[in-house]
Amino acid sequence: MTAEDPLLLLQREEGLSQDQRAELWLGALVSGVIILLLAMVVFIVAQAWPSFSHNGLHWFGSGGNIDNQIESIFNSTNYLHKPVYTFHAWPLIWSTILTTLGAAILGFIASLFTAIFMVEFAPVPLQRVLEPVVRLLASVPSVILGLIGVLVVVPFIDSHLVTQAESASVTPVIPLSGGSLLAAVVILTVEVSPIMIAIFADGLRAVPRNWLEGSLALGVNRWRTFWKIAVLSARPALISGTVLATARALGESVMLSMVSGTVGFAPNPADGLLFFLEPSRGLAATILHNTDQLSSSPMKHTLFAMAAVLLFSSLMLSLAGWAARQPMKRYFNVGGATA
Amino acid sequence: MNARAAHRGRGPGRPAGDPPAGPSGGWAGASWSIGDRLGLAFAWLMGLLLCAICAAILVYLVVQGVRYLHPDLIWTNPKVGATQNETGGFLAPLLGTVIATLIAMLLATPIGVGVAVWLSEYARPRWLARVVESTVEMFAGAPSIVLALFGVILFQAPFLGFLSESSGGVVYGKSFFAAGAMLSLLALPLVVTSVREGLQAIPDHVREASYAVGKTKIATIRRVLLPAVRPDIVTGSMIGAGHAIGDTAIIVFLWGTRTCCRASGTCRCWERCAAPAARSRASSTTTPPPAISTSPTRRLRPR
Repeated sequence: MTAEDPLLLLQREEGLSQDQRAELWLGALVSGVIILLLAMVVFIVAQAWPSFSHNGLHWFGSGGNIDNQIESIFNSTNYLHKPVYTFHAWPLIWSTILTTLGAAILGFIASLFTAIFMVEFAPVPLQRVLEPVVRLLASVPSVILGLIGVLVVVPFIDSHLVTQAESASVTPVIPLSGGSLLAAVVILTVEVSPIMIAIFADGLRAVPRNWLEGSLALGVNRWRTFWKIAVLSARPALISGTVLATARALGESVMLSMVSGTVGFAPNPADGLLFFLEPSRGLAATILHNTDQLSSSPMKHTLFAMAAVLLFSSLMLSLAGWAARQPMKRYFNVGGATA
Repeated sequence: MNARAAHRGRGPGRPAGDPPAGPSGGWAGASWSIGDRLGLAFAWLMGLLLCAICAAILVYLVVQGVRYLHPDLIWTNPKVGATQNETGGFLAPLLGTVIATLIAMLLATPIGVGVAVWLSEYARPRWLARVVESTVEMFAGAPSIVLALFGVILFQAPFLGFLSESSGGVVYGKSFFAAGAMLSLLALPLVVTSVREGLQAIPDHVREASYAVGKTKIATIRRVLLPAVRPDIVTGSMIGAGHAIGDTAIIVFLWGTRTCCRASGTCRCWERCAAPAARSRASSTTTPPPAISTSPTRRLRPR
C-alpha cells in the first residue's frame, strides 16, 4: 500500500473507481424512476385541481344526471361562456366500488379454494393441467375478456335474466340490455382470479412441510391441517395477492366499458334482484369513454380529477396492503412480494 | 444456508404433490367433519370450474375466430367496405402492436434490470431502497388509464414535441414512442420483480467466489450474476410484453387515430391495435370500436 502503487495512483487520478461510478449510475437510474412517479402524481393532481376546487367535497357526492353534467362540461369550452365544472361523481365512484369489491370478494373466495386444491388436493395429472391453465388465464388480455362478455355474457343476461316486465319498469330511467353489474363483476372476477391464484399458490407452497406433517402426525385430517396451518401462515401472500388483484380490478377500463352498460347510473341495492341487472359505468371506463374530449379544457380537468381519484385509491390500496402485512413479519414472506 | 432454505420450506425432501400417507390421509377418515368434506368438495368444484372457464374461452375464440381467419388478413390493410369481403385485413394494427411492444420492452428491460440490480446488490442508503421498493410497487398498482393520462401530459409538453407530431406549436403527443414509453412503465414492475427474485436466489458464496478471484463488484454483476439470471430476465420481459400487448387504454390515449391512419391509409384502427383481439374481430372493420359504441352487441355478433 505504498503511494507508488500504480493502481492506486490511477484510481486517485480518475477520482472514482469503476465500481463507485457503476453504483452512482444505478443510483441515478432508480432516482429517475422515483422522480417519474412523483412527477406523475404531481402532474395529475395539478391538472385535476380546477375540477376539485370548483366542486369541493360535492365532487364525491351525488346529484343530477352525470351524463348531462359531462356533456355540459364538454360543451362549455366555448370562450363566450364561463367554463362549467359542476360535477357530482358519485354514480361513477359507486360503480367502481361495486365492481371492484364484488370482483375482489368473489375472486378471493374462488381463488383461495382453487389455490388450496391446486397445491394440496388435486391429483397429480390435474395439477399438471391447472398450472398452465392459471398462467394462460392470467395472460389473457382484458380486451379479449370484454369481447367474450359482449358476445356471450351480455346477450345471455339480456335474453335469459332480464324479463320484459322488468325492462319496462325502468325504461324511462335506464335501459336493461344485459350490460350490467352482474356481467361486469363476473368477467372482472375471471380476469383477476388468476393473479390471486398464482400468488396464493406460491404462498401455500412455501409453507414448511414439517409444520403440516406435525399436524398430520397428531391425527388431524388433511383438510383441517391445510386450512388451519398452511392457509393461516400464508396470510402475507393472501394479502399481497388480493391487493394486486384489487388494484387491477380498480384500474380496469376497456373491459368494463364493454360489458357494464355505459350509462352513468348508480345501481340501487333497494331494487332487489334488479340491482344486479342495472347498468353502470365506473371511473376508469368513463375516462376511456370520453377520450376524444380531452381537447375541451374543463373536460380535461374533470377527466384528470377522475384519474387522480383512481391513482389515490390505488396508492392507498398498496399502503393498506403493506400495513396489513406488517404484524405478520414473523411469518416467512414468500410470495409476499408484489407482482 | 441450509437452515435458511429449510426455514423457507425450500429444503430438499419436499415431495411436490405427494399426498402424505397417514391414518387420516384418506377421503373417508373418521375425523372428517361435514365442514371439512364441504370445504374439500368446494375446492374440487372451484378447480374444475377454472379449467372449464379456460377451456370455454379457448374453444369459443378458436371456433369463432377460425371461421373468419384467412392468410390474406395478415397481409392486407384495413379498408372501409360495405361487406366483410371488402374490409381488408389487419396488417397495420398487427405491425403497430409489434412496434409498440418492441419499443416498450427495449425501454423496460434495461431499466428494469438496472433497478433490480441496484435493489438486490447495492440498496444503499437503506431509506432510498425502501422508497424504490414502494415506487415499483405503486407502478405495479397504478391503473393503466392513469399512466395513459400521465403520458398525455408528458408528451404534449412542448419540449418533448420532437417525439410526436406537432403543428404550429400544438403538440399532439401521440406517437409510437409515446405509447411504447408508457407501456414500458406498465411492464417495468414485472421485469424488476422477476430479475430481483432471480438475483436473490443466487447464493452469496457465488459472489464471494467471484470476489476471491479478484473481480470487482460491477464485474461480478456483469460477468457472473447477470448471466446467471438470464432466464429470469427473459421471463420478466415476456410477462411484461404480454401485459403491454394486451393493454388498450394507453394505446387509445397515446396512439390515437392519427398515426394509425397514416400507416394504413384509412379508418380508425386503434381498436384492433391489440392484435389478439383482431383474431375474432377480423370482420368488423366498419363497426365502431366497442369502447365508444353505444350498442355494440348486435353489430358485433357474427353474421
